[in-house]
Amino acid sequence: MKHYGAKTLLKGAVLSAVAAGSFATAAIADEQFFPLQSYRVGPYAAGGTGFFGGTIDYFNLINTRDGGVNGVKLTWEEGETQYEVERGVEVYERLKGRPNIAAWNPLSVGIAYAMIDRITQDRVPLITVNHGRTDSTDGRVFPYVFPLLLNPYSETSGIINYIASKEGGEEKLKGKKIVVLYHGSPYGKETIPIYELLKEKFGYEVQQIEVPHPGNEQQAQWLAIRRYKPDYVVLRGWGVMNPVAIKTAQKTGFPVDRIIGNVWSNSEEDVIPAGDAAIGYTAITTQASGADYPVLQEIVKTVYDGGKGNLEDKKRIGSVYHNLGIVNGILNVEAVRIAQKRFGNRTLTGDEVRWGFEHLQLDPKRVEELGAKGLFHSINVTWDNHEGDGLVTFQQWDGKKWNVVSDWIAPDWKLLRPIIEKSAEAYAKEKGIKIRTSEDADKVTELQGTASSAKN
Amino acid sequence: MTTASIPLPRPVSAIGRVPTWLLPLAVIVFAYAGIPLFASDYLYDAILAPFLALSLAAVGLNILTGYAGQVSLGSAAFMAVGAYAAYNFNLRVEGLPLLASIVFAGLIASAVGVVFGLPSLRLKGFYLAVSTLAAQFFVQWTLTKFSWFSNYNPSGVIDAPALGYVFEGPHGRYLFSLSVVVALTVFAARLVKTQTGRNFIAVRDNETAAKISGVPVLHTKLLAFAISSFIIGVAGVLWAFAYLRTVEPHGFNLDRSFQILFIIIIGGLATIRGAFLGAALIVVLPLVLSRAGTFLFGSYFDSGVLDMSQRILVGALIIVFLIAEPDGLAALGNRIARRLRLRSPTN
Repeated sequence: MKHYGAKTLLKGAVLSAVAAGSFATAAIADEQFFPLQSYRVGPYAAGGTGFFGGTIDYFNLINTRDGGVNGVKLTWEEGETQYEVERGVEVYERLKGRPNIAAWNPLSVGIAYAMIDRITQDRVPLITVNHGRTDSTDGRVFPYVFPLLLNPYSETSGIINYIASKEGGEEKLKGKKIVVLYHGSPYGKETIPIYELLKEKFGYEVQQIEVPHPGNEQQAQWLAIRRYKPDYVVLRGWGVMNPVAIKTAQKTGFPVDRIIGNVWSNSEEDVIPAGDAAIGYTAITTQASGADYPVLQEIVKTVYDGGKGNLEDKKRIGSVYHNLGIVNGILNVEAVRIAQKRFGNRTLTGDEVRWGFEHLQLDPKRVEELGAKGLFHSINVTWDNHEGDGLVTFQQWDGKKWNVVSDWIAPDWKLLRPIIEKSAEAYAKEKGIKIRTSEDADKVTELQGTASSAKN
Repeated sequence: MTTASIPLPRPVSAIGRVPTWLLPLAVIVFAYAGIPLFASDYLYDAILAPFLALSLAAVGLNILTGYAGQVSLGSAAFMAVGAYAAYNFNLRVEGLPLLASIVFAGLIASAVGVVFGLPSLRLKGFYLAVSTLAAQFFVQWTLTKFSWFSNYNPSGVIDAPALGYVFEGPHGRYLFSLSVVVALTVFAARLVKTQTGRNFIAVRDNETAAKISGVPVLHTKLLAFAISSFIIGVAGVLWAFAYLRTVEPHGFNLDRSFQILFIIIIGGLATIRGAFLGAALIVVLPLVLSRAGTFLFGSYFDSGVLDMSQRILVGALIIVFLIAEPDGLAALGNRIARRLRLRSPTN
């Protein structure tokens, strides 16, 4: 008898799980759904909670203050990935059947790679803000993938340009020794070839050293750095690897003001655990930190004071990851708004939102209207440039907060574009993808994203 | 780890007078004909695909650990070898059918398995487990260090090729995985009943006695490594090609090796069906809980809290299962079946 009961229970659990999937397919009018493959546990939880918290806070602001985007409510559901590819894929499979999907934002290069084929078939955009697969910048080959603001190559170019300006000009880079300490993941490895390539151009020496995931032990790497005696160390870290790197640098006697953090080594969570060792540490960023910007003030007023804030610790409002999440929210929402101008103020299909992202042009004036002046500079996405010429700036940690120490700097896009195109064309050839023209980009499928995948 | 507590496979059928082959056959028929009647894309792509791949890996490890008594922590490495080998055969040998690249990939994994099995000739138990860790780290290092393996992709991530033929779409991929798993599982089930299988068990239970009775111990151990790694390598191909459809070496880390080891411990060492029961518990249960959790409590707690509670629940369940039946789910099934038989009036 006993085992019979257990079996029935199990059956019930399976059935309810299956039912949960089918219930969700009932369409509701005028909604735009954002599936969020977030991570709030595991070694990268600080990044995940800040980023997804920021995006959700901005969505809440739009829903509460404006009643949605021109009356279209924003909805979302989170699925925990722990930054692991197979969990990300599972969440994708779980949520892909939901109606009215606008875009995916996985915040993981590994998960993004696994999704490229899938979302291209679904015709739904995949946003990898400040990271992602570099050659997906080429919209001719990757119609649905958007490494917005800053792809890894631009980031590299921005960092090298900054070092050049610190040294007093590009020609001073000759003979300088640079170490790149990178995270042992698809994200970390993405820039290996570009440092080698820029080496040819500028004549610096470079050594690239891997730190295995998650990176809480780096004694060996820093001893190697000490032997090599570099002029600069570029920290291409992620999560716990960053404070450990800064602390180990101090232990091995490497000056912290010679360490330049990349765009995923630039948050409060990276420096506060390192304590005093981090004072003077500099990092690149696409968005400033701080809560003084009008859009943040409104989020505090409308969302947090209304008890709907997503961050548990209110002190993290205005931190680097939170602000990046807000910028990501702005970019997603504006893409929907721009697409609505062409297709009408209604629920859009994934392909229509893709068109919106391909026309996501926010000049400094529009950024100011959005209350984000100074938070980020501007973006100019086109059908073939899916990055959008984001500008970068550098910030230095003083022990309490980040201070901006440079102007908005432009990476060397002209130098990078041919490399990106070559890589994208090779991918197109390998996969048998037809290279898009601007006319192709203007054609939009009005089918819901899931309709095409149902054919399989 | 001593192997004395591992039970012998039960010679009598679990369910009374019903022939032993009937239940597996019914399961296979159901998997081919029954599941497609109600399965959704989600069931295929997110539950059955990883379930089949990890079940097969567990069948492979069970031959080595359950039957031949050699503890291994290198399963994920052999999966990685299989996945990368299949990718490279497929990429570099033109016109090679996919099935052939999978077989060759299995053979490569098998060869690597034999090399890392060599220490088993001198080491036992925990010491052997530690030496198979070398496989885990060495393979991951090799695949990361030499970008030839990932066709010079800057991120070190490879896109798995499409399966081709009729195996497109979720249903096609499922049939493909299922057929591979069924073929190899039938092979494994037959193997353990042959003289070779008995040699495995003899080596596991008492090496000296086995040697005296004329079992070629060295040869048997290496054969166990070879066959086990072949099956695990093919499982790696399924994981990469039919489930994730992308491969990065990090996905085959030590956690995965432990996961496979736990599957066979919980499912039942030295049983074929234990691999499937264990995989169901380790792979499918967390997903079902996760969906049920999101469905019931999603609006009250954020996904992090839910995920943590699921871990606690799954951990507690595993402890309860192991206390209730230390020999694994397969033995639990046997016991329930025996009790039912005793109760039924026909007996």
